[in-house]
Amino acid sequence: MTREADVPGNPRKAGRERAATTGALNLYAIRAIYLFEMARWFRTFMQSAASPVISTSLYFVVFGAAIGSRMGEIDGVPYGAFIIPGLVMLTLLTQSISNASFGIYMPKWSGTIYEVLSAPVSATEVVMGYAGAAATKSVLLGLIILATARLFVAYEIAHPVWMLGFLVLTAITFSLFGFIIGIWADNFEKLQVIPLMIVTPLAFLGGSFYSINMLPAFWQKVALINPVVYLISGFRWSFFGVADVSVGLSLAMIGLFLAICLGVIVWIFRTGYRIRP
Amino acid sequence: MSVILSIQNLGKTYASGFEALKDVSLDIRRGEIFALLGPNGAGKTTLIGIVCGIVNGSAGRVCVDGHDIARDFRAARAKIGLVPQELSTDAFETVWATTRFSRGLFGKPHNDAHIERVLRELSLWDKRGDKIMTLSGGMKRRVMIAKALAHEPEILFLDEPSAGVDVALRRDMWAMVRRLRDAGVTIILTTHYIEEAEEMADRIGVIHGGKLILVEDTAVLMQKLGKKQLTLHLQHPLAQLPAGLARDALQDARDGTLVLADDGNTLIYTYDSQTEQTGIAALLRRLAELNIDFKGLRSSESSLEDIFVNLLKEHA
Ligand SMILES: Nc1ncnc2c1ncn2[C@@H]1O[C@H](COP(=O)(O)OP(=O)(O)OP(=O)(O)O)[C@@H](O)[C@H]1O
Ligand SMILES: [Mg+2]
Repeated sequence: MTREADVPGNPRKAGRERAATTGALNLYAIRAIYLFEMARWFRTFMQSAASPVISTSLYFVVFGAAIGSRMGEIDGVPYGAFIIPGLVMLTLLTQSISNASFGIYMPKWSGTIYEVLSAPVSATEVVMGYAGAAATKSVLLGLIILATARLFVAYEIAHPVWMLGFLVLTAITFSLFGFIIGIWADNFEKLQVIPLMIVTPLAFLGGSFYSINMLPAFWQKVALINPVVYLISGFRWSFFGVADVSVGLSLAMIGLFLAICLGVIVWIFRTGYRIRP
Repeated sequence: MSVILSIQNLGKTYASGFEALKDVSLDIRRGEIFALLGPNGAGKTTLIGIVCGIVNGSAGRVCVDGHDIARDFRAARAKIGLVPQELSTDAFETVWATTRFSRGLFGKPHNDAHIERVLRELSLWDKRGDKIMTLSGGMKRRVMIAKALAHEPEILFLDEPSAGVDVALRRDMWAMVRRLRDAGVTIILTTHYIEEAEEMADRIGVIHGGKLILVEDTAVLMQKLGKKQLTLHLQHPLAQLPAGLARDALQDARDGTLVLADDGNTLIYTYDSQTEQTGIAALLRRLAELNIDFKGLRSSESSLEDIFVNLLKEHA
């Protein structure tokens, strides 16, 4: 027992000492991983960008233009414009998760992760590289979709800086979440199941297409369990200045989810969970 | 001679409960070529995995040039280059991009001149713009070597470098390994072939069932273990070994042993291949004198398996 402290790769010890060495980040490694991931994305940029842009455009055509023209305003916002923040969030969530989970799952699956594991990089650097690239991609996609939406609906952004802040914070948080899924998944089905079975339903039920104030009182309470409600509400506030829940609460919820994801990732790297046998 | 890699009482028990390494201690000297020999499942890859940070050790301690691999993982890992046993590459990347990536990952600033040197040395320069998926297996292995060398490591691990590699590439690879050694790089390689270890390594370690059962200078080990056998198929079976072939009658063959096998149809002569006087000439002369004809003969070296069997007997 007394020798435990000397065990190489000992979870507790390794974790503590790693924290001490992160003072000097391996910036070359972060850059290498980040650029590698971005290059992979740009190589297939058209495919990567086309599908979310096309599907979101369809939503604008169907819900915004066709149905929206027959709907009234919600909270003083025309329906076509009202759905924009929710749709951007929907893409942001799914793209962040799928980019980040694929980014780390693929090297695990192909075996090339050996190189990252054997490199002088800390958990922080690995996550900054992979999740950073995934977040960048989804922010870029989010902006592309916002630009696309402008072709269909006229809208203004009341608080552009806040809007960008929500966009970036959400992208980072869900990229971290995707990173965790990519580590956890040991087959392609598992990689798909959480985005498909949990995130997409939550995003749809999170008020992309309606204000939760339109729900019966009971379901409004239920909706408040859904974390995505806070994301969409805060994001929508940055556009139109109206929100289902207070902006502070939205930010706090994103912060909470971010902290949980960070905690899980620290634990993963301390224990080597599913990456180091 | 200074020690560049020190492994002390290393143990590994996988989550399955399987004990892959048992109390392994080993010092690797700076600048040597060390061959790790052992049958499938002996624990070679596990040992390398722990040193390189791919596998978590369960017990013991590893220091790379004085840096503990857990406490001081950055300094330790920066010194190491690894060519793993499995061919795993980024299929869609180019040779150039993937090699350059490796250098950055290991915390070194760009140095395209160095990458070019490495690629040229491995005859990959003409392929630098090709996607890895379009390369042959042997070329992919070279790409993995290039990646391992991209950050100018002081210690290079080659886990079964000769698996799936043709004769020409193997020769090139060994030439490169020697050049690296001449440049001061310490090389640790695993192999199943004793000839390969014999040809390349300064020292050989034998691992079996997770235990390091022997570490020896190659020359010494070959002397100890390098036995050859000469099998003579006789024209007419012998009832027993004639007195004229008894041990003291064959003066030259001090260490050789002669036995009659296969119902008297074959003579098997086991001798030490490392000595000058194998005793073969004397044996054949004596056979002629005794009018013992043989219709054929075959010579074989003791295989790695024999060596393991011998070692295990010794270490039982
Ligand atoms: N992740 C793992 N989980 C459980 N057991 C493992 C794991 N990896 C390896 N082993 C077991 O540990 C033992 C040693 O494996 P290792 O890969 O180190 O052998 P090796 O000497 O490299 O063999 P080979 O010559 O076939 O490459 C084997 O019995 C193997 O089945
Ligand atoms: Mg192996």
